Amino acid sequence: MAELTPKERMAIPRHKMPEQDPNERIKNFLEVNLGYDEETARREAERCLQCKKPACVAGCPVSVKIPDFIKMIAEGKYKEAAAILKEDNALPAVCGRVCPQEEQCEKVCVLAKKGQPVAIGYLERWAADWERRTIGLQIAETKLKTGKKVAIVGGGPAGLSCAGDLIQMGHDVTVFEALHEIGGVLIYGIPEFRLPKEIVRAEVEGLKKLGVDFVTNYIIGLTETVDELLQRFDAVFLGVGAGLPYFLGVPGEHLNGVYSSNEFLTRVNLMRAYDFPNADTPIFNIKGKTVVVFGGGNTAMDAVRTSLRLGAKRAIICYRRTEAEMPARIEEVHHAKEEGVEFMLLYAPVELRGDEIGNLREMVVQKMQLGEPDASGRRRPVPIPDAIETIPVDVAVVAIGNGSNPIISSTTPDLKVNKWGNILVDEHTMKTNKKGVFAGGDIVTGGATVILAMGAGRKAAAAIDEYLKNPDLW
Amino acid sequence: MNKIVEARFLAPEVKLFRIEAPKIAEKRKAGQFIILRVHEKGERIPITIADSNPADGTITIIVQGVGKTTRLLNTLNAGDFILDVVGPLGKPSHIEHFGTAVSIGGGVGTAIAYPTAKALKDAGNYVISIIGGRSKDYVILENEMKQIADEVYPTTDDGSYGFHGFVTDKLQQLIDEGRKIDFVLAIGPIPMMEAVAKVTKPHNIKTVVSLNPIMVDGTGMCGGCRVVVDGKAVFACVDGPEFDAHAVDFDILKQRNRVYRSEEEISLRDLECNYDKMFNEELKKQKEQ
Ligand SMILES: Cc1cc2nc3c(=O)[nH]c(=O)nc-3n(C[C@H](O)[C@H](O)[C@H](O)COP(=O)(O)OP(=O)(O)OC[C@H]3O[C@@H](n4cnc5c(N)ncnc54)[C@H](O)[C@@H]3O)c2cc1C
Ligand SMILES: Cc1cc2nc3c(=O)[nH]c(=O)nc-3n(C[C@H](O)[C@H](O)[C@H](O)COP(=O)(O)OP(=O)(O)OC[C@H]3O[C@@H](n4cnc5c(N)ncnc54)[C@H](O)[C@@H]3O)c2cc1C
Ligand code: SF4
Ligand code: SF4
Ligand code: FES
Repeated sequence: MAELTPKERMAIPRHKMPEQDPNERIKNFLEVNLGYDEETARREAERCLQCKKPACVAGCPVSVKIPDFIKMIAEGKYKEAAAILKEDNALPAVCGRVCPQEEQCEKVCVLAKKGQPVAIGYLERWAADWERRTIGLQIAETKLKTGKKVAIVGGGPAGLSCAGDLIQMGHDVTVFEALHEIGGVLIYGIPEFRLPKEIVRAEVEGLKKLGVDFVTNYIIGLTETVDELLQRFDAVFLGVGAGLPYFLGVPGEHLNGVYSSNEFLTRVNLMRAYDFPNADTPIFNIKGKTVVVFGGGNTAMDAVRTSLRLGAKRAIICYRRTEAEMPARIEEVHHAKEEGVEFMLLYAPVELRGDEIGNLREMVVQKMQLGEPDASGRRRPVPIPDAIETIPVDVAVVAIGNGSNPIISSTTPDLKVNKWGNILVDEHTMKTNKKGVFAGGDIVTGGATVILAMGAGRKAAAAIDEYLKNPDLW
Repeated sequence: MNKIVEARFLAPEVKLFRIEAPKIAEKRKAGQFIILRVHEKGERIPITIADSNPADGTITIIVQGVGKTTRLLNTLNAGDFILDVVGPLGKPSHIEHFGTAVSIGGGVGTAIAYPTAKALKDAGNYVISIIGGRSKDYVILENEMKQIADEVYPTTDDGSYGFHGFVTDKLQQLIDEGRKIDFVLAIGPIPMMEAVAKVTKPHNIKTVVSLNPIMVDGTGMCGGCRVVVDGKAVFACVDGPEFDAHAVDFDILKQRNRVYRSEEEISLRDLECNYDKMFNEELKKQKEQ
C-alpha cells in the first residue's frame, strides 16, 4: 500500500468502538466494548500523522512511544507494537481500557482540535489483546540474579508494575496481598463489563512465570510488620492503595441497603454476588428496585451500571455539581446514559429514611446551584433555599471517594505520613523517610488513576535497583 | 491453604478446629480474629482465635454452625484444608488489672470470651466465668474455663444443668449478693449482650462486648461492618471488635445483621439440597490440589 499523505490520513474519520447493544448488555456482565477488528485497527492507525514532536506522548503520564507503536500496527507488525507499549507501560491491555484518555494522550493529540483525536486507547488495547490472544503474553528476558530480595506490599497496579520491573532487573520479588486475589482495584473494584478479570489474571500469570512470588491472605502490619519484612528483605515497596471508604455523614446512613461503593463492588466483583446463590456471598436483592449512587467519578459509574445488571428498575446518579465537573471518564458517562441511567445533577443528599424494620425507603435531596468559584477554581454548589425533594429509593451506594487505610502507618510508627495519612515520599525516587522503604500509587497520591499508580511503581523500581547496588549512599 | 490438624465437636453444632497458621499463631493476641473462606465460591467469614500455639504453629477456632458457611466448615475434619485464612485481625482486647472481672459467654460466645478471660487472669484479675447455654449440651468449655477462672458458673435456660436461668440472672445474683465487680466482659447473641449492659449500667461497672457485624474484607476497606458507638460510626474490624457496652447502639447492630436474612435462608436450603455436590466434588478437588 502506498504511503498516505497527511491530508488523506486526516480525511479518515475516527473509528467507532464496536459495543454490545445497550438493551442486551444491561442483562449481562460481559465487556461492553468489543474491540476493533484487525482491519479497523489498521485503518485507525493510519490516521496518526506520526508527528515529529508528538504532543500525545507528553500527555501520557508514562510517555508511551505512541507514534511508534501506532506505526507498527499500521504496518501489521503487531508483536512489535505490543513490545514498544510494554517498554513504558506494564499493563497496556488495562490502560487502553481504563485510562482517562480524553484528559491525557488523546486530549493533546494534534487531531483533537477537530474533535477527532487518534483513538490511542483503543489501539493500545488492540495491540495488547492481540498479543495475549494470538501469541500469548511475551515474557521479557530477565537479567542474571542479583541475590537481592524485595518485598512488594499490595497487589494493585503500583505493586504489580514495581514487581515486574524488579524481577527483570534480576532481583527476587515477593508480593504480599491482603485479599485472596491479586489485582487491587482492578479485581475488586472495576467491574468485569469494563475490565475483564481474565486480563488481570493473565498479567499476574505472566509475572509468576518470570519468577515473582505471590503471597495472598497476608496483611503487612498485622500478619507481619514492615520492620519484620526489613529483616528478611533488602528493600520494601508499599503500594497499598487508598481503601478507606468515606460516608456522607447524613442521618439514615446505617439503614439496610446503604453501601459504600467499595463494599458494593467488592461483593459483586471479588465475591461474585451476581452469581448468588451459586456463589455464597449475597447482595441486597436489587431486582425491580430503585438504586441511587452518590458521586460522579468512575466508581460511581461502575456502581450504577452494576446495579442495572443486577436488575434495578431505576438507576440514578445523584451528583452535587454538573456533568462538566464529573471526574468520570467521558466514555463511562456516555455508556451509563445509553444504558438508561438517570442523572440527577446539582442534587445533594441530606437524609436517608427507612421503614420500621430498617430498610432504606426514600432519600431526601437538596437542589443546588453553582455559586462562586472555590479554591480549586470550580464553581461551588450552594443549596437553593427550600428546594428539598423526597424520592423513593431501595438501595443507595456512596461513591464519594476513599481516605488512606491506616494499617501500615499505625504499625510503622516511624513512617512519615501527611495529615490525611498519605505516605510522604521523595517524588523522584519514591523513597520514604524510612531507609529501604519506598511507596507509590494511591497511598501516596490519594485516589488517582491506574496509569499514575503504575508509573509510580516503575519509578520506585528504578530507584530500588540503584539503592540495592549501594544502600550506604542512601 | 491451611491444614486442619484436629477437629472435634464440643456441643451440638459447635466444633473446635486446630489449624496450621504459623504466622498468625505467632502474632495473635487475645480478642483478635481471622477471616476464612472454605471454598472457591465461598463467603469470607470472621471467626475469633480461641487459642494459639506458636510452638507448633497452630491456632484454635470454635465454630457454631448457624448458616451455610459455618455448617459447611463444620463438615471438615482433621486432614482437610481451609482454602484461605487471614489474620490476625482487629484490635487485641484491652487487658489490665481491674480487680474482679466477670467473663460472660452465651453459646459460642464462651469460645470468643475464653482467650480474653485467660488474659485477664494472667494480668492478675480474680476471674469469675459465667457460661450460658440453652440446655446442658450447649454449655461449652467448662473444663477449660475451670483451669483459668477462679469461679465458674454454668447456667442453662431450662435448668438442665448448673444455675437455672439466663446469664444475666446469675450476674444480677452476684451483684445482689454484694460481690464487688470491677469489670464485665460479655460475648454472645446480641440480645444477651444488650441485657448484660442493662444490668451493669446502673452499677457503673465497666462492661465490654465483642460485636459481630457482617464483614467482608476485615481490613477497613468496605465499611460493611460499621457499628455505631457513642453516636459515631466506627468499623468493627479495625476499631473493634470490642467496644464499651454502654456506648453501643444495639438496635442498629441488630437491624444491620438482619439485612441478608432471606438470602441466608436460600443459602442454607442450597446447602441442604446440594450438599453432596458441594462437599464431595468441590472440596475433594480442593483436597487433591
Ligand atoms: C471502582 C473504581 C473504578 C476506577 N476506575 C478507574 C478508571 O477507569 N481509570 C483509572 O485510571 N483509574 C480508575 N480507578 C482508580 C484506580 O483503580 C486506582 O487509582 C489504582 O488502582 C491505584 O493503584 P494502587 O496499586 O495504588 O492501589 P490498589 O489498586 O488499591 O491496590 C492496593 C492493593 O494493596 C492491598 N493492600 C492494602 N493494604 C495492604 C496490607 N497492609 N498488606 C497487604 N496488602 C495490602 C489491597 O488489598 C489492594 O489489593 C478506579 C477506582 C475504583 C475504586
Ligand atoms: C469479629 C467476629 C468474631 C466471630 N467469632 C466467631 C467465633 O469464634 N465462632 C463462631 O461460631 N462465630 C463467630 N462469629 C460469627 C460468624 O462470623 C458468623 O456466624 C458467620 O459469619 C455466619 O456465616 P454463615 O454463612 O454460616 O451464616 P449466615 O447464613 O450468613 O447467617 C446465619 C445467621 O448468622 C447471622 N450472621 C451472619 N453473619 C454474621 C456475622 N458476621 N456475625 C454474627 N452473626 C452473623 C445471621 O444474621 C443469621 O442469623 C464472629 C463474628 C465476628 C464479626
Ligand atoms: S497509558 Fe494511558 S495515557 Fe498513556 S498512551 Fe496509553 S492510554 Fe494514553
Ligand atoms: S499527536 Fe496524534 S497524530 Fe500526532 S503522533 Fe500523536 S497520536 Fe499521532
Ligand atoms: S469488614 Fe470491611 S471494613 Fe470491616
